[in-house]
Amino acid sequence: MSVDQATVRRVAHLARIAVTEEEVVHLQGELNAILAFVDELAEVNVEGVEPMTSITPMTLPLRADVVTDGFYPERVLANAPAAEDGFFAVPKVVE
Amino acid sequence: MSELTRLTLTAAHEGLAQGHFTATELTQAYLDAIEAAGALNAYVLATPEKALEMAKASDARLASGEAGPLEGIPLGVKDNYAVEGVRTTAGSSILKHFVPPYESTVTANLWRDGAVLLGKLNQDEFAMGSSTETSAFGATVNPWRREGSSAPLVPGGSSGGSAAAVAAHLAAGAAGTDTGGSIRQPAAFTGTVGIKPTYGRCSRWGIIAYASSLDQAGPIARSVNDAALLLRSMAGHDPKDSTSAKLPVPDYEAAVGGSVKGMRIGIPREYRVDGMSGEIASLWDEGAQWLRDAGAEVVEISLPHSKYALPAYYIVALAEASSNLARYDGVRYGERVPGRDIVEMYEKTRADGFGAEVRRRIMIGTYVLSAGYYDAYYVRAQKVRTLIKRDFETVFAAGIDAVLAPATPSPAFGIGEKSGADPVEMYLQDVFTVTLNMAGLPGIAVPAGLSGEGLPLGLQLIGRPFGEEALFSLGQVIEEAAGRFTCPDEWWR
Repeated sequence: MSVDQATVRRVAHLARIAVTEEEVVHLQGELNAILAFVDELAEVNVEGVEPMTSITPMTLPLRADVVTDGFYPERVLANAPAAEDGFFAVPKVVE
Repeated sequence: MSELTRLTLTAAHEGLAQGHFTATELTQAYLDAIEAAGALNAYVLATPEKALEMAKASDARLASGEAGPLEGIPLGVKDNYAVEGVRTTAGSSILKHFVPPYESTVTANLWRDGAVLLGKLNQDEFAMGSSTETSAFGATVNPWRREGSSAPLVPGGSSGGSAAAVAAHLAAGAAGTDTGGSIRQPAAFTGTVGIKPTYGRCSRWGIIAYASSLDQAGPIARSVNDAALLLRSMAGHDPKDSTSAKLPVPDYEAAVGGSVKGMRIGIPREYRVDGMSGEIASLWDEGAQWLRDAGAEVVEISLPHSKYALPAYYIVALAEASSNLARYDGVRYGERVPGRDIVEMYEKTRADGFGAEVRRRIMIGTYVLSAGYYDAYYVRAQKVRTLIKRDFETVFAAGIDAVLAPATPSPAFGIGEKSGADPVEMYLQDVFTVTLNMAGLPGIAVPAGLSGEGLPLGLQLIGRPFGEEALFSLGQVIEEAAGRFTCPDEWWR
């Protein structure tokens, strides 16, 4: 499979990465090179094979659903680009 | 280099225990070496004050008889490990001001055992690369050069800073991470030992994620014994990582020098790929002979799905990366570029903060997970992954204890040599290493010889799940037969 420029723009938007028109041209070539490479998998017979979901034969551990950590909002916010009154601050989302 | 930085980690450990020198003296010797090695760009951040403070505390514990197993040993840490209060970037400009308020479990284990932090080591951005050229802090330069040439070579990647620092004696050992070969390939390129343990052996908690079902922590060191000492401290169960294995950690050092008599070693015929260099092929044969001479039985085996590991990896890893890296949105941490609305803010932040390779990989990952392509790419790749794992299960069930293979298809290449228009050229670096990440298996790269141009070449041993001890025994056989490899010329000083 290969991608056209409209698909490159659509995927970039899905991935929330701004792309310039010039970048779209380059990306189309690069993405198609990678997709051509992985297309080799089409020749493998995977009839009746289960997709891998866990690499080691283990069951995920369970624990009690209780709070074990927290209560330090200032540390949580310490790396935030913008914070106000103990909250992360973002541009207006709801009109 | 000073006499102190020349010592292996094992020898330094003994010297400290016997009081031949102090942790402060050892740490200062490494700090001086780092200071003089700016040309290698191995460290993205040196932490001399913290190092000397930790060394002083080590000296106190050594004096009072409370020394830990790594007491006073100066280490470098790849920049994708969160270290509390120390800038941690994963080689990305989107995290250029990120200072974690917490400590990764693996580094916490190292400090618990007395190790000293020298600083943070360069890497490919978010561990996406095989040359350490995609770092936002510029490329790391391999301390090794081709004979008679001053052309700069890559140290491999993504743990290229870790490998270069260990090879150039800028750290007694280093912590790296390996998602598709990122410990073993740089180890092979720099004449150092690197082990990627079994998936689940080390906790991933606090390590900046690339592809969570493949990422594992592991050491890079100057000898097999050094690597065994480091892994013993790094490994162990961690309730904070639900995929970490609830198994006791063996004394890996005890396995170094252990007999390999009667072990069955597989040589996979599918690894004899087209275009493999003659010197790699003959090194591989030589390695098999060393193991035979030590009493192991070497047999040809088949891992029929090997050639599909790399394409399947580039679907699985990139899909996981696109999901993992969604968190860098300019809201909770990292850089932010303002926009008219929140979507524009996300898009500008990510376009500006991520480098070209990371953007490319996120986009491929997004594409293979998107509606209409999910089954054709992602589900198919996960099925192929089941087949790759089954190949190994079949040979292990038939009595194979470990698999011997080259670590890389070539020695170190030049900076800029493989960063052209076709990203796949770089991806092929991982052809021998990626299979076992896909199968969750442990693998060790051990230096085994020099190329015709005087560059280190490595062999790789692949073990059964949690079979690291056998790898240390077998790795030691190779080290004893091949010798250790020290960079002949400290041109960077």
